[in-house]
Amino acid sequence: MKIKLHVWRQKNAKSPGKMETYSPSDVNPNMSFLEMLDVLNEDLIKKGEDAISFDHDCREGICGSCSMVINGRPHGPSKGTTACQLHMRSFKEGDELFIEPWRAGAFPVVKDLIVDRTPFDRIMAKGGFVSVNTGSAQDANALPISKDLADKSFEAAACIGCGACVAACKNSSAMLFVSAKVSQLALLPQGQPERMRRALGMLRQHDEEGFGACTNTKACEAACPKEISIENIARLNRDFMKATLFYPEHESSANE
Amino acid sequence: MKLESKVPSGPLAEKWSKHKFDVKLINPANKRKYSVIVVGTGLAGASAAATMAELGYKVTAFCYQDSPRRAHSIAAQGGINAAKNYQGDGDSVHRLFYDTIKGGDFRAREANVYRLAQVSTDIIDQSVAQGVPFARDYGGLLANRSFGGSQVSRTFYARGQTGQQLLLGAYSALSRQIGMGTVEMHGKTEMLDLVIVNGKARGIITRNLETGEIKRWAADAVVLATGGYGNVFYLSTNAIGCNVTATYRAYKKGAGFANPCFTQIHPTCIPVSGDHQSKLTLMSESLRNDGRVWAPKKKGDKRPPADIPEEERDYFLEVKYPSYGNLAPRDIASRAAKEACDDGRGVGESGLGVYLDFADAIKRLGEDKVRERYGNLFDMYQKITDENPYKMPMRIYPAVHYTMGGLWVDYNLMSTISGLHVIGEANFSDHGSNRLGASALMQGLADGYFVLPNTIGNYFATAKPEKTSIDAPEFIQAENEVKERIQKFMSINGTKTPAEFHKELGHIMWEKCGMARDKAGLESAISKIQALKKDFWSNLKVTGTAEGLNQTLERAGRVADFLEFGELMCRDALIREESCGGHFRVEHQEEGEAKRDDANFCHVAVWEYQGEDKVPLRHKEELTFETLQLSTRSYK
Repeated sequence: MKIKLHVWRQKNAKSPGKMETYSPSDVNPNMSFLEMLDVLNEDLIKKGEDAISFDHDCREGICGSCSMVINGRPHGPSKGTTACQLHMRSFKEGDELFIEPWRAGAFPVVKDLIVDRTPFDRIMAKGGFVSVNTGSAQDANALPISKDLADKSFEAAACIGCGACVAACKNSSAMLFVSAKVSQLALLPQGQPERMRRALGMLRQHDEEGFGACTNTKACEAACPKEISIENIARLNRDFMKATLFYPEHESSANE
Repeated sequence: MKLESKVPSGPLAEKWSKHKFDVKLINPANKRKYSVIVVGTGLAGASAAATMAELGYKVTAFCYQDSPRRAHSIAAQGGINAAKNYQGDGDSVHRLFYDTIKGGDFRAREANVYRLAQVSTDIIDQSVAQGVPFARDYGGLLANRSFGGSQVSRTFYARGQTGQQLLLGAYSALSRQIGMGTVEMHGKTEMLDLVIVNGKARGIITRNLETGEIKRWAADAVVLATGGYGNVFYLSTNAIGCNVTATYRAYKKGAGFANPCFTQIHPTCIPVSGDHQSKLTLMSESLRNDGRVWAPKKKGDKRPPADIPEEERDYFLEVKYPSYGNLAPRDIASRAAKEACDDGRGVGESGLGVYLDFADAIKRLGEDKVRERYGNLFDMYQKITDENPYKMPMRIYPAVHYTMGGLWVDYNLMSTISGLHVIGEANFSDHGSNRLGASALMQGLADGYFVLPNTIGNYFATAKPEKTSIDAPEFIQAENEVKERIQKFMSINGTKTPAEFHKELGHIMWEKCGMARDKAGLESAISKIQALKKDFWSNLKVTGTAEGLNQTLERAGRVADFLEFGELMCRDALIREESCGGHFRVEHQEEGEAKRDDANFCHVAVWEYQGEDKVPLRHKEELTFETLQLSTRSYK
């Protein structure tokens, strides 16, 4: 099939970028979206041009590396699907596709379609864990956890940290990302001792990185390739409110 | 090259606790004086970095991804084994040990495997304490399922995303240490060489993948946790970025490379769909708990599966291996699928596929139960193939998945280079010539959480690494070599892209050094690879610049190392004149089953680099079995 691509090309964070147009040959409907870009890149290299840079690694929808906006939608048109799992059969002959990087102030462009997502790691370092040193754990079955809670916790934990939620949000909020981690641990007994401190620490860092606030448009939920629910944001907000109102002492320790 | 396994004396079950008592300790206040570099932050690297930092060592960690959370451990689907015996079905440390040694076809070191089985239970405790949401029963206790090569249910899981949840657990422990400033983390940074000073591993040279900056790093010890080399086959279930560079560079600096030909071909992957294919996707082994593998009995039977009546289907695993059935180990199941296809009974357009059928399970359990167990895998299958596995059987075919070979390590997980430790898939130690399902996560985390943090202190206390700095001549020289190499890649300006060379190499490896190997094929592969390597260095084309982000340049460096490494694999496969586990030499078989030669090959083959274009030296570590009897591996 034949399609036309408009791809964001930007040399580095300092240079301005622009859309370039390409007409890749031999697009096969069974190709994944990234394989279509691979084939195009091989042509570009052969012609002596710099290949289009894009983040990708596992190509099975779980590492969260791939990150591109396709026709205005993070990861493209298919629901619950990362760009690497999107196949060309989702498009038709003659389609015109616009491919851009995540657009958010907190995610500066590194090159072409690659953005800097290290703010997510810095948020994680502010509380996205249970403080338990190796070797100090009790027997795993000494702490029964109801199946419903464990399943709910898992659903939040399925977040792949890709950042599509930020790209979809008009406020560039990363609340869905933060709430997924906060919820995973808030739903489990292991997460209780640090629950307030975690919500405070991670949200403070979220704000500091320049992500915006949540205004409940649900754009993040619609774009999330793992279909993480915004119910988690409600839980995060509750914990955050509770922490600031009733546990001011955690405020200082969260900043340690 | 001296290969001292340093296995402690005494009864097998007491070796590890005795060793932990015998090793020299570093007092807590002195630990912060020792620094360690960890390369790779998947399960093994992240757990090791976090744990060593908790102990008080100064850790600097590196990964090529933008975040440790993206290492390919994340893609492990089915589960993690542990000898908890929560199901009361007769499991024990000894049984896990026995299954692993037998599964590996008696080509692993007893003491290491026993230790692995011992610490397996601690991993589950640790992960649960971190908040890893494993599957549970309604009573709130942990659930288990079965995996290939065992007759007990000892596999813990989190739907089909166990690797993800365990990695995120290790990543959270690592994040905690990063937040406390005890681990310095460098993402988008690739190790391009190892630096040795006075015979000890003392640092690395890296390239920052965003800026292109080449940098020197020094420490008192270096840990490689850089995963396996399955991508030497071009198509594998590994992530696109997985590579052999770190371990191969260490090999070129004197570290022995053990059993490079031991690779695992996983039986249940989605078949190749065309020439554009960039990677293969695994369908978890756990599916074989409920899915039945079959091929048509008639050659060239092109009817849709639903139209093939029961009596015309060959459920070949159930027929050939009645006591393990569809849960026969990976190497055996892969070969059986290949046989059916070679026999002209393969399915799908290419004829390279067999069915994995859930119709019986759906009838027995209902579609909802099947969806709860495997929903994400079924969805993934449907996205890739556009076929609905609830309605028609999956098509599967074997694909390269894991590499049992790796850098040789002793009982302390130290390589033949003093101070260079190797953990996880990057070392050779625990899986012999075939790894059992759900054992990779176990080994990565055992090495990282529980073994290395105990043994590295002994290295510091006994070797007492002297002061060094990144301005030592060895560092400068290594940096210059790395820069020259990059310059070379940029300046050849030929006509073929790195990916083209990679594809050609992969084709040779899969045809000649894949599921079935023979002398003539391996010899021809060696000369073909040598010719391809020559072509690479005169005809490579890399566009863009050496500065800044350049994925074509990254690929070129990785392919250059794969080219040399592929030859080493073929040499190893050529000399090992026996069949064992995943290494199947067609000359050595009995009724289609692998035929081991314990008299001549009951050893680990360890290769020592001898210089550019020279044949490397092959050393042996003899394997002695004190507890188990060498026996023919049978799953019938």
